[in-house]
Amino acid sequence: MTGLQDRLTPEQIEEFGRELDALRQRVVDDLGEADVEYIRTIIKTQRGLEVAGRGLLFAGFLPPAWVAGVAALSLAKILDNMEIGHNVMHGQYDWTRIPELSSQRFEWDNVAPAENWRHSHNYLHHTFTNILDKDRDIGYGILRMDAAQKWHPYYLGNPVYATLLALLFQWGVMLHDLEIERVFKGERTWAENVPVLRKIVRKAARQIGKDYVLFPLLTGPLAPLTLVGNASANLVRNLWAFAIIFCGHFPADVESFTQEETDFESRGQWYLRQILGSANITGGPLFHILSGNLSHQIEHHLFPDIPARRYPQIAAEVREICERYGLPYNTGPLRKQLWSVAKKIVKLALPGTPSGGPEVTVDPDRQLRAA
Amino acid sequence: MTALLPQRLRGLASLAEALLTPHGADRYLELLDPMLVRREIRGRVVDVRHQTPDTVTFTVRPSRAWQGFEAGQYVRLTVEIDGVRRTRCYSPCGPGGGDLEFTVKADPQGLVSRHLHATTRVGTVFGLSAADGEFTLPSPRPERIVLVSGGSGITPVLAMARRLVAEGHRGEVVFLHYSNTADDALYRTELAGLAERHPGFRVVHAHTHGRGGDLRGFFSKQHLERAAPWFRDAETFVCGPKPLMDSARELFEAEGLGERLHTEEFTAPPLAFDASAAEGTVRFARSGRECANSGKPLLEQAEDAGLSPEHGCRMGICFSCTQVKTAGRVRNARTGEVSGEEDEEIQLCISVPVGDVEINA
Repeated sequence: MTGLQDRLTPEQIEEFGRELDALRQRVVDDLGEADVEYIRTIIKTQRGLEVAGRGLLFAGFLPPAWVAGVAALSLAKILDNMEIGHNVMHGQYDWTRIPELSSQRFEWDNVAPAENWRHSHNYLHHTFTNILDKDRDIGYGILRMDAAQKWHPYYLGNPVYATLLALLFQWGVMLHDLEIERVFKGERTWAENVPVLRKIVRKAARQIGKDYVLFPLLTGPLAPLTLVGNASANLVRNLWAFAIIFCGHFPADVESFTQEETDFESRGQWYLRQILGSANITGGPLFHILSGNLSHQIEHHLFPDIPARRYPQIAAEVREICERYGLPYNTGPLRKQLWSVAKKIVKLALPGTPSGGPEVTVDPDRQLRAA
Repeated sequence: MTALLPQRLRGLASLAEALLTPHGADRYLELLDPMLVRREIRGRVVDVRHQTPDTVTFTVRPSRAWQGFEAGQYVRLTVEIDGVRRTRCYSPCGPGGGDLEFTVKADPQGLVSRHLHATTRVGTVFGLSAADGEFTLPSPRPERIVLVSGGSGITPVLAMARRLVAEGHRGEVVFLHYSNTADDALYRTELAGLAERHPGFRVVHAHTHGRGGDLRGFFSKQHLERAAPWFRDAETFVCGPKPLMDSARELFEAEGLGERLHTEEFTAPPLAFDASAAEGTVRFARSGRECANSGKPLLEQAEDAGLSPEHGCRMGICFSCTQVKTAGRVRNARTGEVSGEEDEEIQLCISVPVGDVEINA
């Protein structure tokens, strides 16, 4: 694996950073009504699916209605968390000054309180992307996702923990903000967690209240069916979000870094680390929307604060820049990226440093079609 | 039973909120009709007319959360222009309560006023704030009142005039209105109508750049003496362009009548900054940006640092730019007051850092 610093000369790095800055500025200058209209359409669709899903579960005694209800509610939760919540909370629409699209005010349909998540995700993960011991998203404090993480017999359970995390992903994201592994290491005190915990309790109570108490009760004798329906929708969203997010940073060939490498990083070096530390997923327009455009993880990590609908538009250009500087642009279809992640989870359960061969091939045509 | 009903409705409303958490009922209701929202105020345009080519007059029917206004107050009106929400203060010119009538002059430099002039149609929906402002008639009403306005500054004073007439005020009222030429005079017919209904109400039209008015030229002591010889015993209310306000203030100060003059500021009074004495660092916690304190208001410092915080009037009246100050002390540029409370809400546009400051922006 090539070190972060020896990929490009200092002059190249600077020029590379300037090119990406210019690309970003071009998009920012072009932001306007179309971006607001787009997200409003997505929000309208999400609310429509949610109302339809909840409504269909009132007829949940008919199996097709139950299935359709769960499907609609699952899609609503996926849209809410991915294309709307994740992106709005990144501040992608803060320039509109519209309160409903404000990163500071938005709350998502997820047990993790927005404010806690914004800190751990926007700040810790996006600033320190793939830096070992800094980016807590590497393995979420419970998995061994990088060969440089020291092996311990505990990691024999890697595949089991990963499966549990996938099933309970929203709870994992919620607990992640407590940074419990740092509390055990003595780097964080329980007192620091009190405000975080307070928000968690309040938010989780509301989410449980609607999904597992109020809506089931409203459907009267169908309460158990509704409860299972709502739980299924949450489960579908959990699995989907886990899959997309793990494919964003953990396929083989995605690099991780040490703190020493990244000290005194310039803007260009920061961009470089984002590209080396992220992977895209190819697919059609609907797939991109349902992934919250995190299928364009590379573009997202370069420019986390520009509206996600812009990522597919600039993907070809980002890729062209990468090719010109001889940088990898990691992309592939979902099944391939998932397989690569799954293999990594299993391999890293065992001690040693497995040499991951190139699992993902670069296919310019497919990527261009996706863009 | 009737007493139970509101309680039951409240119960239903809180059930709806619990079911529709985390977004809340308004975010669903507004998709059916933007006017259905319960927790914010919106207004739908029900009438539009153009009194002069460069102005637009429109009537807005407010949604349920609207609580009325006092003649002379302003509301913050919000529109979206090319995807960005913009807020400006306008004074409704009706007598109070019910529908709100606004008249806006398209300022060639004004983004929002030009947009309102060009695009307002019946059915347009605006965001509104609750009414605010101290520029109102005192109670009990003064016996003698002078109302002075220039151009579209007529709106809050016209509201006062309409209010006085509607209340059956019995004293003397003079309405001195300045416009460029006779063709630019707003509300000519309405003012004549008020004079017919109120025996003590007189309208004086002054034209700064044209003939045909009762008076000609800019506001002066002579104008005031001719319009209302008794102005020293009256309460005077002025709203208009800055030069008009300045000369009114000068005149009343010279006469020792400062107390009897009431003005509505829609242009920023010059704020005092001392850039040379500025020290410390300003930290914008959310974005992680930092800059050396330049001695300018925080809103400008934030913009200089590449941020674009929500804001409106930039003069400390609209509270759109309110943010939480998490640490440090700031000076209010309008009052000179220094405050150092932790986690207090401050208006970025008129708050100048005193030493190190951290803002949650």
